[in-house]
Amino acid sequence: MNLVLNRRQALLAGVGAVAAASGMAGASAPALAAADDASAAILEFTGGAEPTMGRVMLDVPEIAENGNTVPMNVFVDSPMTDGDYVAEVLIVADGNPRPGVATFHFSPMSGRAQANTRIRLAGTQNVIAVAKMSDGSVFMDKKEVKVTIGGCGG
Amino acid sequence: MATPRPRIRLDRNEISAGETIEVKTLVSHIMESGQRRDGDGNVIPRKIINTFKCEFDGQVVFSCDIEPAVSANPYFQFVVAPPRSGTLTFTWIDDDGSEITATEDVVVN
Repeated sequence: MNLVLNRRQALLAGVGAVAAASGMAGASAPALAAADDASAAILEFTGGAEPTMGRVMLDVPEIAENGNTVPMNVFVDSPMTDGDYVAEVLIVADGNPRPGVATFHFSPMSGRAQANTRIRLAGTQNVIAVAKMSDGSVFMDKKEVKVTIGGCGG
Repeated sequence: MATPRPRIRLDRNEISAGETIEVKTLVSHIMESGQRRDGDGNVIPRKIINTFKCEFDGQVVFSCDIEPAVSANPYFQFVVAPPRSGTLTFTWIDDDGSEITATEDVVVN
């Protein structure tokens, strides 16, 4: 690779660096703070354990035209017997003003650990589902939703 | 304000033992998030349904803690596997303490 930069290349590199820096300071900072809130909410739910990916299937659209009602389906693979069932499922949206969305509580009488509802998303962000099993183990799934018009009055 | 009448649909009321019933529920509610402001810039106070539960003969089968990020007119679809014939009771609890309830009978052969 040619390490000697001509004037045009140096200028372009400089512009790129400035754009990246202002992007970090401006647009991304609140989103990062919200993501921290989301991980805090997840850790509180799991009691400090890091959830492993798998067993949870979160179904959300890739692109949502209206952030006010985004269909969301969650299914957790489990036999749902008295000894082995899904106790709770936490749904978190990491870019909303408040990350918590809903917590579903299941029981062996649920038959199947599956629930469907409609949620509000303030903008393009990750939706995370964390499932807590009756034995205390935790699993998760994470999907990004691109939102064209935000919910939450935005 | 008149109490909104919830809409509940079971995919069937009669099952054989060990089978499941799919339940769809919807209730009219503004679900005011507490994030919005009115024309004068004052925050519109939060008013949402914060809890939904489905009980089978007094025992909770499915319940949900709800945050403002659940859409207006909250819709829930879930599954129940009643072990015997009985009654499903659905309850929605508002922030102001009021409750909306509805029941559905199921038959297990």
